[in-house]
Amino acid sequence: MAAIYSLFIINKSGGLIFYKDYGSAGRMDTNDSLRLASLWHSMHAISQQLSPTTGCSGIELLQADTFDLHCFQSLTGTKFFVVCEPGTLHMEALLKVIYELYTDYVLKNPFYEMEMPIRCELFDLNLSQAIQKDRVALLGR
Amino acid sequence: MQFFSGSSVVDVSLSPTAPPGTATGHAGNNANVLYIFNRNGVCLLYREWHRLLRTLDASQDQKLMFGLLFSLRSFTAKMDPVSADKGNLGVPLLPGQGCSFYSFRTNTYKLSFMESPSGIKLILITHPKTGDHRESLKHIYNLYVEYVVKNPLYVTGTPIKYASAHVCNVYFLYLLSELFTTNLDQYVKTLI
Repeated sequence: MAAIYSLFIINKSGGLIFYKDYGSAGRMDTNDSLRLASLWHSMHAISQQLSPTTGCSGIELLQADTFDLHCFQSLTGTKFFVVCEPGTLHMEALLKVIYELYTDYVLKNPFYEMEMPIRCELFDLNLSQAIQKDRVALLGR
Repeated sequence: MQFFSGSSVVDVSLSPTAPPGTATGHAGNNANVLYIFNRNGVCLLYREWHRLLRTLDASQDQKLMFGLLFSLRSFTAKMDPVSADKGNLGVPLLPGQGCSFYSFRTNTYKLSFMESPSGIKLILITHPKTGDHRESLKHIYNLYVEYVVKNPLYVTGTPIKYASAHVCNVYFLYLLSELFTTNLDQYVKTLI
């Protein structure tokens, strides 16, 4: 069974701009999600510094006992990361799809202020559709 | 997790081999580094077989590594989607408390992590396409137990190398680091 637990989007300064929980027992309140997002931002940067070779772009996959975390960083520094069940496939592709939705429905929205929390209906709608489609494809329901 | 296999001191025939397809036999552009920390953050061993870039000096690098692991453990314990009640961020976690990560991967390296119940943290940095190294880390931990902890002259909590002391002690401590590092090197070469 492969399922997505939650999705986070972090702006280039490390602030959380979007958090969506898809039914995990570990649902967090706003403060905790903000703290975790900033923590991730710093650790992503430190992992780059600790790299033993050149050209490191930060953590792409974190594997833990009960979840996997896939992270995608755009060229502008915006980070998208998704918490999913261990062994879930095609998360990188999903993150790229979410990035495309972000550019289409958030960045092209003239009323959206850069680096601010995302409050765009169309983005939420299309995101749910993409996640649902992904879920159907993976689970067949 | 079985830490004490009960095998004799030099029985390394059961060492887990590298996952197929990842042992290339040469390091190439990839790094291979091992860190061992104790629960207080003292770096007991830092060993590099291949490392291209050193941005910080050794002690800063080790402190940064320890700090990163500490924060990552807090992060994974809090991020755990399965348990409902988690502690607060920033509270030091006991070994084994809360969900812990076992590896992370970037585009240039993969870091595998293991923490023993006594707080000994093992970190192995390898090339990004490596498979799961949890078994390998357990084996390295067993090597540590056999050759370092069971050596009566080793002072726990100090870095694993020989220190200036009595002539007789120096010889035995030299043997300690030699045995441990030789076996360690032999084993890690099979993984690279």
